[in-house]
Amino acid sequence: MPEHTFRVNGEQVTVDVDSDVRLLWVLRDILGVTGPKYGCGINVCKACTSHLNGRAFNPCAVPVRDLGPGDEVTTIEGLAATAGADLHPMQQAWLDHDVVQCGYCQPGQIMAAVDLVRRVAAEGREITDADLDGIRNICRCGTYARIREAIRAAAAAGG
Amino acid sequence: MTTSRRRFLGYVLAAPVLVAAASPGEAQAAELLDLNDIMTAAALPTSGLISVEINADGTVSFALPRAEVGQGITTSTAMLIAEELAVPLHRVKITLADARPELLFNQMTGGSNTTIATYTPIRVAAAVARQRLLAAAATEFGSSDLRLADGVISTRDGRRIGIGELATKAASPRTLAVPVELTAKDDFTVIGRPHGRIDARDAVTGRKKFAMDVTVPGAKPAMVCRPPTINGKPGTVANLDEVRAMPGVTDVVTISTGVAVRADTFGQCIDAVRALRVTWRPGTVEGKSDTTVLRELASAELPLGPRPITPYVEGRFTFHFRSNSALEPNCAIADVRGGRAEIWSALKSPIVARQTIAARLGLPVSAVTVHVTEGGGSFGRKLFFDAALEAAELSQKLGKAVKLMWHRADDSRQGRTHPMATSRVRIAYAGNLVLGFEQRHTSVTTDLGHGLGELFTAMAAKLPIGDKAFAQTFFQFSHTSPYDFGLHSRLLSETGKGFNTGSMRNVYSPDTTCARELVVDQVAARMSRDPYRFRHDLLRGDRSRAVLRAAAEAGGWGRALPAGVAQGIAFHSEYKGVSACLVEIDCRPETVNRPIRDGVAGPRVTRAVFAVDVGLAVNPLGLEAQMMGCVMDGIALALTSSLHLRDGYFLEASWDNYFYTRQWNTPPDLRIIIMPSDSDQPGGAGELGVSAAMAAVACAYGRATGTMPTTFPINHGTLSFVPKPTVPPIPASPVDGLDHVR
Repeated sequence: MPEHTFRVNGEQVTVDVDSDVRLLWVLRDILGVTGPKYGCGINVCKACTSHLNGRAFNPCAVPVRDLGPGDEVTTIEGLAATAGADLHPMQQAWLDHDVVQCGYCQPGQIMAAVDLVRRVAAEGREITDADLDGIRNICRCGTYARIREAIRAAAAAGG
Repeated sequence: MTTSRRRFLGYVLAAPVLVAAASPGEAQAAELLDLNDIMTAAALPTSGLISVEINADGTVSFALPRAEVGQGITTSTAMLIAEELAVPLHRVKITLADARPELLFNQMTGGSNTTIATYTPIRVAAAVARQRLLAAAATEFGSSDLRLADGVISTRDGRRIGIGELATKAASPRTLAVPVELTAKDDFTVIGRPHGRIDARDAVTGRKKFAMDVTVPGAKPAMVCRPPTINGKPGTVANLDEVRAMPGVTDVVTISTGVAVRADTFGQCIDAVRALRVTWRPGTVEGKSDTTVLRELASAELPLGPRPITPYVEGRFTFHFRSNSALEPNCAIADVRGGRAEIWSALKSPIVARQTIAARLGLPVSAVTVHVTEGGGSFGRKLFFDAALEAAELSQKLGKAVKLMWHRADDSRQGRTHPMATSRVRIAYAGNLVLGFEQRHTSVTTDLGHGLGELFTAMAAKLPIGDKAFAQTFFQFSHTSPYDFGLHSRLLSETGKGFNTGSMRNVYSPDTTCARELVVDQVAARMSRDPYRFRHDLLRGDRSRAVLRAAAEAGGWGRALPAGVAQGIAFHSEYKGVSACLVEIDCRPETVNRPIRDGVAGPRVTRAVFAVDVGLAVNPLGLEAQMMGCVMDGIALALTSSLHLRDGYFLEASWDNYFYTRQWNTPPDLRIIIMPSDSDQPGGAGELGVSAAMAAVACAYGRATGTMPTTFPINHGTLSFVPKPTVPPIPASPVDGLDHVR
């Protein structure tokens, strides 16, 4: 089987797996990185949202062959380290607003939120209701209102 | 268990460290007034088997015999123990108990009953431990003038000892009965104060472990190729060898529900499932559709009483099938080898699961261990254990451990649903007087065969309603009459089998309440009364009126709004709680038709104010979260979320087909009001809020559009997606993920 080398949460990994296995399963079933969750497998629910080279993506829709040695995958487990702290400001905002209920979708929600704040900041503007309406991550517990509050707070704090 | 108002009897259990429990109790028949009383009473006799343990490191352990699926009961339980034991909350370690058959009816998570049933027994156990620790410290110090705070016992002259150091000294070699007094409500420092979830940090860092995150040696991913119609059965497989040879695949075998695949990764399971060529035998609802089920419901409907001679208003409402699929799909790990079985799954009825799995495997119950894992949502789904049963069957057949998960498409199409129902309501009146209320609720049969039925059977002799069918009993006991509407008559009729059904954040109430509240609006209109004032004047009880008033005042009931935007208000009481919801909905074309990719826009609820009084709120922050979630469910049920049945299968196979509330449907203005309460008893919260929220959205929609809605959700008539194929049963995994990176 072909070998694939890339970086996950700051460490280089090499996996020996078929080239078209989607990255979500490489992370979860081979590397034991279980923060990204399965919710649909077709890039719809966004529960697996992680970052590739600092931008949000959904590993359920990316064959492992698409990654190379220069690619850095950040999952929820590695998010805090990108901020050089025990918790990323977005994770702290999540705690401050007691966002979580069952928690299953929340790693994906947080990773999507960090990316949204990055994009909006890059455009030099404030988060709008339309930005928040545009988040596609589903939460079956219905934590949406607290997610909105936490994102606004983290964005205001420069997170 | 009660010896006086605040004095209770508990036990110190024989153990090497201090272990304390409440004493078993028995409820009097006269106390059984509603569904929750019955569930609480059924749990009481075994409350002595649930214990609080003091550890040498100063922590306190408690194995909660309930499922945590997001409702926050591990946090509220830790709060109860922290209060009575005067230990810091972070030192209370809550785990979920394995299935314990000796607990009988005291290990089922349902009916929003957890806090109601466990509130006193858990505090009694903790209070016994506190008393025992103080007694041990008194011996140690030669003084009984002691103070216990922050897990440390101190004397006036400054000597101190941690409870961990007393764990062994306070233990008893034999079981002792101990009378204890519980902390008075006025002295609470933990209960009733808002507290963040104890598992929040694990959840936001990805450390929280759900069933599929648990590592069990040898347990490889497994999925099942399922039939194209509901509950179809597998026939022959044309290409077994070919699929067995696919990359990563270790096993392919036919089981009772389909053809199972085990592989190195779930991705390879998906590919193998899609490659299988199976002939299928018919399902259990072959050829049925929304239309044929509606006809069955119509013919099963019980007649209303004789036509009143006074004026009356009637309404007939349809509620389509809905999915109770949680974000974590059905899943379980099973290791069945060498005459033993070990199961890991989020289970709300683990005792029944254990017994059923043992029977299916032909093993004695004692050879089956069932671990309850943290659940990624339930909404009724996890009362059943479909995946655990399947995983056990597969593991036994292969002689290998499996980590079995349903694909989302399976979870939506073959998973359990809230049954389709109709509700007919008639309210008779004369002048300004309401004379009578009749409701005939007709539903596809709800499967309650997860232990609740057994619980009721066991309690039947104590119930004042005699030998009515279980569902009818459940219906009557879960429906109280909030309004002073004269003569009441409510009857349930269930029909039809063959669907995989279950409760969904309540069973009947969101539908029955929605139907009732819509007709209440009609009666108010006939009487030229304001719908809020009309409800307020006819509600029974100060708590009910107060909660309605709170929602109306905070929400600005009656304020001027543009044409196409309107308010609705509704009330619901259940689980010993009362609730009211005010919503504003924007039904203007520019809102309804706003562009949403692969989703449903539709009317937008722009404001929701939800007032709730559950009595004593153990954790107001948790209660607030529950109510917010209930509002999201109510919005979905009224406006967007349903399953379409066609040719014996449901069309929905994705979260972009089944339109649960998304960010673009969320009210920008959402407020939860928790009413002050002088009650010293908590009520249930998990399901309470859905009914009033759904009804308020429906009433607001009716007012905004000028037409009372009669079919729910309102968009059911428009199919807003292209249905995915049924063969293969699950969609291909996309390969274009990087094209969407922004």
